[in-house]
Amino acid sequence: MYQLSLNLRAALLSVIMLVVGLLIWEAAIPAQQAAGELTEYELLTGGGAPKAGVPPPSQVIAKAWEQLSDPFYDAGPNDKGIGIQIGYSIYRVLTGYFLAALIAIPFGFLIGMSQVAYKAFNPFIQVLRPISPLAWMPLALFIIGDSEASAIFVIFICSIWPMLINTAFGVAAVREDWINVARTHELGPIRTAFSVILPAAAPTIVTGMRISIGIAWLVIVAAEMLVGGTGIGYYVWNEWNNLDLTSVVFSILMIGVVGMLLDAMFGLLQRRVTYAE
Amino acid sequence: MKPYLSIEQLTQRFPDGSGGQLTVFENATFGVEKGEFVVILGHSGCGKSTIMNILAGLADPTSGSVIMDGQEVKGPSLDRGVVFQNYSLLPWLTTLKNVTFGVRARHPEWTKAQIDEHATKFLAMVGLEGDVIHRKPSQLSGGMRQRVSIARAFANHPKLLLLDEPFGALDALTRGTIQDELLKIWGQMEQTVFMITHDIDEAILLADRILLMTNGPHARVAESVEITIPRPRSRTEIVEHPNYYAIRNHLVQFLGKRSKELAGQPATPGQPNAPETVRIDTTQTNDDPADTRPALKAVNS
Repeated sequence: MYQLSLNLRAALLSVIMLVVGLLIWEAAIPAQQAAGELTEYELLTGGGAPKAGVPPPSQVIAKAWEQLSDPFYDAGPNDKGIGIQIGYSIYRVLTGYFLAALIAIPFGFLIGMSQVAYKAFNPFIQVLRPISPLAWMPLALFIIGDSEASAIFVIFICSIWPMLINTAFGVAAVREDWINVARTHELGPIRTAFSVILPAAAPTIVTGMRISIGIAWLVIVAAEMLVGGTGIGYYVWNEWNNLDLTSVVFSILMIGVVGMLLDAMFGLLQRRVTYAE
Repeated sequence: MKPYLSIEQLTQRFPDGSGGQLTVFENATFGVEKGEFVVILGHSGCGKSTIMNILAGLADPTSGSVIMDGQEVKGPSLDRGVVFQNYSLLPWLTTLKNVTFGVRARHPEWTKAQIDEHATKFLAMVGLEGDVIHRKPSQLSGGMRQRVSIARAFANHPKLLLLDEPFGALDALTRGTIQDELLKIWGQMEQTVFMITHDIDEAILLADRILLMTNGPHARVAESVEITIPRPRSRTEIVEHPNYYAIRNHLVQFLGKRSKELAGQPATPGQPNAPETVRIDTTQTNDDPADTRPALKAVNS
């Protein structure tokens, strides 16, 4: 008998689960009562107006089609296309994230090279790391004053820790043998750092970068709900205020898709730097 | 006249964890001539690896000095190549790149083509040719990895090549093949080699001279045994040489019995602890009684 490949079978199962899930969801949403079945009293008290409810998937798909066919329209501050909103969020995430990487990776490198520095910085890192990034928001708003920059700062502060810790750990854990190879070949400190320590620690560093981008994308939604104005987080909250749950569900899905794509990018990078011993 | 490589009154002590000092070896003094293949044999814990690390410049002795070619050894240098037991290849580089890594460090002025050609030549000398040289170390067998490591070391023409139990992690058959490769490449290069091993047969096959260490602590290089078997040697032929079993018996007796008896005798303070030269040659009648005495000792003990 012909055997389908593992990937094909898994894909088939995924599609079946999706279809069944959507059907159950569709069936579980009670239909709105038609106006003709209402009593006069119910009609007078506004019962005929459509009630807000969780939308069935068919509505969400229609909404997605409508939004994705024109993602970049701009009809005023409260009515922008989903592409523009996501664009703002990605811009903030990447700005804060790369600022963090620019500091965390070189700094982590230095901490990892020195046992004293590693031990000296560790208590600070351990205290600062578990702070919810949103807890910094009031302080950031007060000191920076600008909501846009504060959002970027929150991304910066949440993505710095995994990169810093992983870089320091990766550098500190480079095998002594490889360092000895560099030493017996008379490599200077700079060349040792770039041609031995960096490639040796790269898988750990990129793992840290991957964790950071995931956290940054989680945090940006919450941060934008607070600072408002633009962005996917603001969009979700705005549609909730409009009681447009179809848009809320649609944007939740978009957040998931963008997060997955960001993670996949770092997954590719990770595969490039990983080596087998 | 000092030997090419001169180890002078080398002492290594470590803190023993309870406030005292542990003397690994004391006043070790010996020399290695240019082009000579010297093997050091001894039980674990006698400080062989420590001596190796000091020669490589990766560790500092408590006191004493190492002088090579008229210059004191301080820190690691390209003049002293090292082949580590665990190969120490960089796993993210291909086989060829692992060798060019060393060649580029040695000859920074060379072009990429020159470096590649030089590295390819030395890989071919240890039997690695074709597609294999573009594989990563993880895709190679243990024996192939050690070949890469040997090629990397020889390609740099170090003044002294240090081999730290290079075949310790290999199975017996692979070990034999690579020993042959090593002999072949050594024969072409006139390389000075200092090697650590646990394997008596390997030592006899490869060495011009075997240094025997007593057990630690307070270990010392007690004897320097000349291997009086002519080169070129092959594993199948040396066993038929009349000196082979005489030398082998002597080494087995030393490691099995005398290394323990001689152990723990602290050296006379300030006196260099030089090894006694032993020459075992049953093929010729020797007039010099000083030379025959150790041979008799070996047979009788």
